[in-house]
Amino acid sequence: MGEILTIKNLSKRYEELTVLDNISLSVNKGEVVVIVGPSGCGKSTFLRCLNGLEDIQDGTVALGGDIINPLKGNKSRSREKIGMVFQSYDLFPHKTILQNLTLAPIKVAKRKKDEVTKEALELLERVGLSSKKNSYPRQLSGGQKQRVAIVRALIMHPEVLLLDEITAALDPEMVREVLDVVLSLAKEGRTMLIVTHEMSFARAVADRMIFLDGGKIVEEGSAQEFFDAPQTDRLKKFLQTFSYDKD
Amino acid sequence: MGFDVLLKGNNMIRLLEGLWVALRISLISVSISIVLGIIVGMLMAMNRRVINAVTRIYLETVRIMPQMVLLFVVYFGATKALGINLSAETSALIVFSFWGTAEMADLVRGALISIPVIQYESSTALGFSKLQTYLYVIIPQIVKRMLPLSINLITRMIKTTSLVMMIGIVEVLKVGQQIIEANRKSSPNAAFGVFATILLLYFIACWPISCFSKYLEKKWEN
Ligand SMILES: Nc1ncnc2c1ncn2[C@@H]1O[C@H](COP(=O)(O)OP(=O)(O)O)[C@@H](O)[C@H]1O
Ligand SMILES: [Mg+2]
Repeated sequence: MGEILTIKNLSKRYEELTVLDNISLSVNKGEVVVIVGPSGCGKSTFLRCLNGLEDIQDGTVALGGDIINPLKGNKSRSREKIGMVFQSYDLFPHKTILQNLTLAPIKVAKRKKDEVTKEALELLERVGLSSKKNSYPRQLSGGQKQRVAIVRALIMHPEVLLLDEITAALDPEMVREVLDVVLSLAKEGRTMLIVTHEMSFARAVADRMIFLDGGKIVEEGSAQEFFDAPQTDRLKKFLQTFSYDKD
Repeated sequence: MGFDVLLKGNNMIRLLEGLWVALRISLISVSISIVLGIIVGMLMAMNRRVINAVTRIYLETVRIMPQMVLLFVVYFGATKALGINLSAETSALIVFSFWGTAEMADLVRGALISIPVIQYESSTALGFSKLQTYLYVIIPQIVKRMLPLSINLITRMIKTTSLVMMIGIVEVLKVGQQIIEANRKSSPNAAFGVFATILLLYFIACWPISCFSKYLEKKWEN
């Protein structure tokens, strides 16, 4: 279980607003890290710094020993090793589902069309969407779109997968079908950093929980420690907002 | 009905030549407008203060000024005020390109800013370079969105070229008038026949464009 992602002293500022304050974190291969925290605490910003969508003011992000942020020159090659799925639907509306999957492997990774198509069909099969291969994104439900977005990231063979509240925009009955896919990825040993508000899912999937607040990692630990014996008042208070007690 | 005058001498040929003059002016200025409009539209979408101010004045000027006034300003004004000797056709090309570029740029800008940021970001996250993102993701979506409006603009430009006779260019409408004048005595009904024919000619010129647009829209429906 080697270290795959190493974040050292990362700071991110928007003008005078410090969103991430000197964060260090290392993630092992095959580890699933779930990040929670109040809205606006910088969870999305953190994930975006990891794949270079945001430039950072301090620190480094390294993937398998290579520094990928900050990075001089061509960033695109290192980005394909970190897959990301966003909260808002981001499929290409002018392409069919199959084309959504095959576009990047063909154009970016320069792989052969036949081989990529074959893999795309297998992936669609896996998430139960084979029948949608020739549909367009607008013909899919939100849950289906997010499942496609996940396999669109997977087909690039990323070493790390970043999931930013991928069920937050979904109707409740569609959350499950998407999270089941994520759970199956965790089982097969994918390295993932997941931001979510689904606490029971977090508990099930996480090897490590992280509580982000005020631009810092306030608390981290195994799912059991984190949920059953939170140490800091801030985490206790945060977790309380998710539980309902009759009086 | 007055169609007979068209069969006299080379009247029909003259009319077609006149149509060609109008179409040539439209074709060239439409092409220039598309190229410049894309560039200016991209600049406008960058949303920089100075660029916005300049392009805004440009756009408003074009919209406020009737094309005929612009034609006069360029053709007679430039000749007098600046001492440049512009041919009528060059003046027409300048005016129509000036107008078309502004309208086209606004269409491009509108389409560009209507593409959600997430489309750029997810492309970037998949490893696309900036160029690839535009080539495979952004431009195809923009073209689709712009198609109906640009076709509308192009047909409007073709129709408006009939104004160039005001600065002495002998295009189809002018030829028509000449034919009617020349046959005032022999066929007093010539006006109807000639103008009906011109209408038909314009229709034949614009119809394929609008068919092509319908075809693409259908094809891209998804
Ligand atoms: N482009 C930006 N410019 C300025 N401030 C931003 C920008 N993006 C995010 N922020 C700010 O950074 C903070 C963290 O945002 P975000 O990472 O989206 O939080 P979260 O995902 O945890 O809800 C927020 O206060 C937000 O207002
Ligand atoms: Mg967020």
